[in-house]
Amino acid sequence: MIPAPPVNVGALAPTLVILGAAVLVLLLDLFPPREDKTHLAVVSLIGVVGALMIALTRWGRDQRGFRDMVVLDNFALFVDVIICYAVALVILLSMDYLRRAGVQTGEYYALVLFSASGMMLMASANDLIVVFLGLELMSLCLYVLAGLFKQRLDSGEASMKYFLLGAFASSFMLYGIALTYGATGSTSFSRIVGAATGPDRPVIFLVGLALMLVGFGFKISAAPFHMWAPDVYQGAPTSVTTLIATGSKAAAFAALIRLLIGTLRGAQPDWGPLMWGLAVVTMTLGNVVAIAQSNLKRMLAYSSIAHVGYMMVGLVAGGAAGAGAILYYLFAYTFTTVGTFGVLSLCARAGEEAVEVEEYAGLGRRHPLLAGTLTLFLLSLIGIPPLAGFVGKFYLFGAAVQSGFLWLAVIGVLNSAIAAYYYLRVVVYMYMREPDAAGATLSPSFAGGVALAVAAAGIVILGVMPAPFAELAQSAVATLVR
Amino acid sequence: MTVGILTVVTFLPAAAALVLLFVPRRQETLLRAGALLVTVATFAVSVPLYLRFDARSADYQFEEYARWMPNLGVGYHVGIDGISLLLVLLTTLITPVALASAWRAIDDRVKEFVVTLLILETGMIGVFVSLDLFLFYVFWEAMLIPMYFIIGVWGGGRRIYAAVKFVLYTMVGSVLMLVAILALYYQHAAAMGTYTFDLPTVVRWVIPPGTGQTLMFLAFALAFAIKVPMFPFHTWLPDAHVEAPTAGSVILAGVLLKMGTYGFLRFCLPLFPDASLAFGPLVFALAIIGIIYGAWVSTVQPDIKKLVAYSSVSHLGFVMLGLFTLTSQGVIGGVLQMVSHGLSTGALFLLVGMIYERRHTRLISEFGGLWAVIPAFSTLFLISVLSSVGLPGLNGFVGEFLILVGAFQVNRTLAAFATSGIIFAAVYLLWMYQRVIFGEVTHAENRTLRDLNAREWALMLPIMVFIVWIGVYPTAFTGKMEATVDALIAQVQSKASVAIDGHGPSRPMVLLR
Repeated sequence: MIPAPPVNVGALAPTLVILGAAVLVLLLDLFPPREDKTHLAVVSLIGVVGALMIALTRWGRDQRGFRDMVVLDNFALFVDVIICYAVALVILLSMDYLRRAGVQTGEYYALVLFSASGMMLMASANDLIVVFLGLELMSLCLYVLAGLFKQRLDSGEASMKYFLLGAFASSFMLYGIALTYGATGSTSFSRIVGAATGPDRPVIFLVGLALMLVGFGFKISAAPFHMWAPDVYQGAPTSVTTLIATGSKAAAFAALIRLLIGTLRGAQPDWGPLMWGLAVVTMTLGNVVAIAQSNLKRMLAYSSIAHVGYMMVGLVAGGAAGAGAILYYLFAYTFTTVGTFGVLSLCARAGEEAVEVEEYAGLGRRHPLLAGTLTLFLLSLIGIPPLAGFVGKFYLFGAAVQSGFLWLAVIGVLNSAIAAYYYLRVVVYMYMREPDAAGATLSPSFAGGVALAVAAAGIVILGVMPAPFAELAQSAVATLVR
Repeated sequence: MTVGILTVVTFLPAAAALVLLFVPRRQETLLRAGALLVTVATFAVSVPLYLRFDARSADYQFEEYARWMPNLGVGYHVGIDGISLLLVLLTTLITPVALASAWRAIDDRVKEFVVTLLILETGMIGVFVSLDLFLFYVFWEAMLIPMYFIIGVWGGGRRIYAAVKFVLYTMVGSVLMLVAILALYYQHAAAMGTYTFDLPTVVRWVIPPGTGQTLMFLAFALAFAIKVPMFPFHTWLPDAHVEAPTAGSVILAGVLLKMGTYGFLRFCLPLFPDASLAFGPLVFALAIIGIIYGAWVSTVQPDIKKLVAYSSVSHLGFVMLGLFTLTSQGVIGGVLQMVSHGLSTGALFLLVGMIYERRHTRLISEFGGLWAVIPAFSTLFLISVLSSVGLPGLNGFVGEFLILVGAFQVNRTLAAFATSGIIFAAVYLLWMYQRVIFGEVTHAENRTLRDLNAREWALMLPIMVFIVWIGVYPTAFTGKMEATVDALIAQVQSKASVAIDGHGPSRPMVLLR
């Protein structure tokens, strides 16, 4: 007889709000109007903003529930805020984007919200089982969303590839969890600590940890588990790509930080060198291969692999400095990435999405404001001060130098110099090449404009006045590394 | 915090750029006039810096401090000493001149151009006034992007190649400097117990000599050496100079290159004295190679602009030589030569731009006999050429002479080699001048060239005034920096000897793992 665990709904409050909004969207979808789904987007948006508000009001008050399987501490709240921003901006971008694509469906918004609740569950997970639950909830929705454009072959390919490889990675993860359970007798983060560190740690635990890292590596698209990313980013609807690039990474990194830095920092000699190598391979591969891409979504896929590599530098650095730096970077990266993909989603050519870099030739003449905004996001991705991307890199590499990983920081900054080349190539096309008569043009969208304005304001504020946010990130990880 | 004069000088152009963003792009004259007015106003605001600067003091003056990122020890700390004073004034003088030179030359996307140039000015002044390593790095990197746009959007035929090369070269150097800044920050904190990026605070700490100091020196030095540019990191410069529009070339030569030499003076020498002394011979060697190589390559250039571009490699070699002599004359000469080079090379680029606007070619072989056609142009060109050659009575002579005096005290052979650079400068500049200006008019198109108009006179005049002023009465400028330079040299020597004698803190290095 297993006694039912005590229920503490408060520990799941933001997640439940999102889930409630998702269910409401499903219900409302049954009623007219059939054609226009704007009202569902508005309901979803209200749900996400509500969750964001709740997350903000809970700051500083730790909540635990379900026998410590779920923790709503500052760390989870910070990640929840990032996820809420990502999801809200994605919804804003989706409204007109889906209408233009002719794929306005109610279940789109429901799936986005369900996947968001999975992400938030991962951020609060204090137990490997909950991590897995959140991961699957998030991933299954994203698999479906990637194939939203049913008529398009590449969308189907993206969905299929993502699903097959994702399922494979999930099984690695599950096997790793099983082995860890076998080695330590528990799946709870609080209890695997003791059995996992020290000289007499079981070898089977190390195997389990390695398998879990494979699963995580897939979700964050770290090399060499990144193969899916370019195809999925390219084929999936741009709004879904944005969600995959931002929210799902934030969630997976949150779980990774809680597991590696929060729980297993005693075992850093075991996973540290592995992560060092993975970080170097990931950022170098991402940046070098991105140079060769002419499809912007594909280029951004490789660039996001590189950014994951930078964040893994924060994992290697470890401690409060490393974890805080990753949180800050995730925040900055979310705004920047949403903005970049957002501009792409607003650009069309002959009714099709404009994704080839040549199509952006002369955009600076045709749409100065749009081109200027995209330039701002690209400069932040390069890491030019005083924009958010620079401060994020500064914290990350600062944490690495502080922990003595000088050469890792050197490799990281050299990588960001390589990255300047391919990001600036887009700028070259927009401003320095003659306009192509059939080039991309703007499809006006009020909601999309709002999303871009929020994202642009975000990267400027995070870049010019980073101190308050960095302090929040530090206090978010303070409980974690205590 | 009250807003001080330095903050106004630094941010006035950027603030004006934000305002100009809202001016409709069709109002081209309004945009040009507004931007020119702002840069002139910036110069006017910066003049009191010179007048109220206390030359007897080696301390930073007009200091302002505000907390920015207190958790990291990053502050908005600005101030100037005798060295940065002249460079700030050079920047505020050159920018309106560059803008005025583009009045007719830039007729495409005027709005973007003036906004970019104003942001660039803020970045450049920011580099010279920052007294916080983080703040310095922010300006140093941020200023890259406007320059990239100026070369890439308004440049010549191979502008994209030149712009990307410029950014990538500079970027590789500066990101390594970022790591070095971080390493310095944490080592300073480990040794002294305070986390701060504040330059005056960090400089007080004597970094123990060893691998750590050498690596940090090399990272800083690479960033600056690329910017100067020192041989063999100079290959971006001819491309950038030649492809940039006149206004861009003037700013590149006038101000941007000085950021490299300024960086050596402000950061490398006082922060890493032992490594600076250890690498001194290498710097001398590269400087001498740069002086002679730059001069020789200039001699054979068929294109006037390229000739002037390579002459920068040679002239900046002199500056580096002077700074690393670590003698009072050498350093003062080096700083003065920075200003002089900015003025004379800026003037040469302006004149090359004017002749290019008339003839749409810059090849020496396309000209000849211009004296008879456009005497005013030829006269100003002569003054600029002679200033660049180093004719006594004009500005170039003073700096080079002081540098050579400094070099002779350190090593006679070096100085002898360096002196040959002045002779070569006379060769390539005067030979070029002779082919362009004297002789018969060989091309019919040149017969109808019009001479300088009022705008061109107006923008050349300030530069000519300073060329003569510095040449005739250099004390007005060297006097402002003597105390600063002497204090700097004393600081470098005392820090180096403290560390070598072993009296300094001798903590084990924790830099490398």
